[in-house]
Amino acid sequence: MSNPLRIALLHSRVRVEERLLYEALQERGAEVELIDARELVLDPANLGRFADFDIALDRSLSLTSSLTVVRILESMGLRTINPSRAIDICSDKLRTTLALNRAGLPTPATRVAVGEEAALEAVEQIGYPAVIKPTVGSWGRLVARANDRDAAEAIIEHRATLGSAAQHVYYVQEHVNKPDRDIRVFVVGGEAIAGIVRTSKHWVTNTARGATAAGLEVTPELARLSNGAAEAVGADICAIDLLECPKRGLLINELNHSLEFRNSIDTTGVNIPGLIADHAMAVAQGAGRPSVEIGSAQRTGATV
Amino acid sequence: MSAQTIAASATCPECEGEITFARSPLASEICTCSDCGAELEVTSTNPLTLELAPEVEEDWGE
Repeated sequence: MSNPLRIALLHSRVRVEERLLYEALQERGAEVELIDARELVLDPANLGRFADFDIALDRSLSLTSSLTVVRILESMGLRTINPSRAIDICSDKLRTTLALNRAGLPTPATRVAVGEEAALEAVEQIGYPAVIKPTVGSWGRLVARANDRDAAEAIIEHRATLGSAAQHVYYVQEHVNKPDRDIRVFVVGGEAIAGIVRTSKHWVTNTARGATAAGLEVTPELARLSNGAAEAVGADICAIDLLECPKRGLLINELNHSLEFRNSIDTTGVNIPGLIADHAMAVAQGAGRPSVEIGSAQRTGATV
Repeated sequence: MSAQTIAASATCPECEGEITFARSPLASEICTCSDCGAELEVTSTNPLTLELAPEVEEDWGE
């Protein structure tokens, strides 16, 4: 009998999602170790205890933690889900836009500026209302809609004065007049497995901001766009947020590398943690365990 | 009324209310006190210890 696959489940908090993944992997016969990323001391030249794992499944809540740990493990040959490149791109709205554009996928009209006056010009080019977002951020935080020039000036001045250097990148998008909802499609292993609609009277339709979710059939067009987006960023697992534009049709708004799915299992009837576990097991099966000692030849090229 | 199975219990560090777990808790697992609403983190499973969960940080998310 072959040895069971060994999977490192990297986490910070263990939320419902991490528990469901832990249980799903165990049910499939994997040996799963919950590893709190906050407690790790890593040697960038030696995998140490991680050499015993076939794969690392990253579920850390902190983007900084995820990228730091995954880059180190990946550089020494341990396969990670997601790969660092996917985390890097998904976590940065500008890099996401660039990847989607390169792949020829539809996105909202976007302008980017790094100076205050240029930012205002970017907003004027987009037209009102315009949406100004931080390039890195989640759960809809600090996403602002400028309905007119006065509002745009205020948002830009606040960010210039109070924000960190990262907030001085002004990422401006057209406000898509969507029908009080957006669409989220879950992609696992190159396949769109489930979809939901998130409905809110507020223009920001994140469930973290109070939107309600309901199941949605994944149409061939949704599947095509979502699978294409996941492929464009190199993600094993991700959630694609799409907007329904009255003029241009479906637009890809953003990608999430560490999806939250607890409220989407019952609403879609899809065993999302089970399918993620299946994919992780399949990847682990093919990945093989890395060597302990690291040489330059073993670097996997975790390019950014 | 059906009786709920209790796998473990501990005291809320905020209000001293009783926190019960239907399944064995995992280290770093998050729970919410039904009495005071505090968000708590399991910092030890043996003995079962809860502490106030860290505040959400700027880079947390999906």
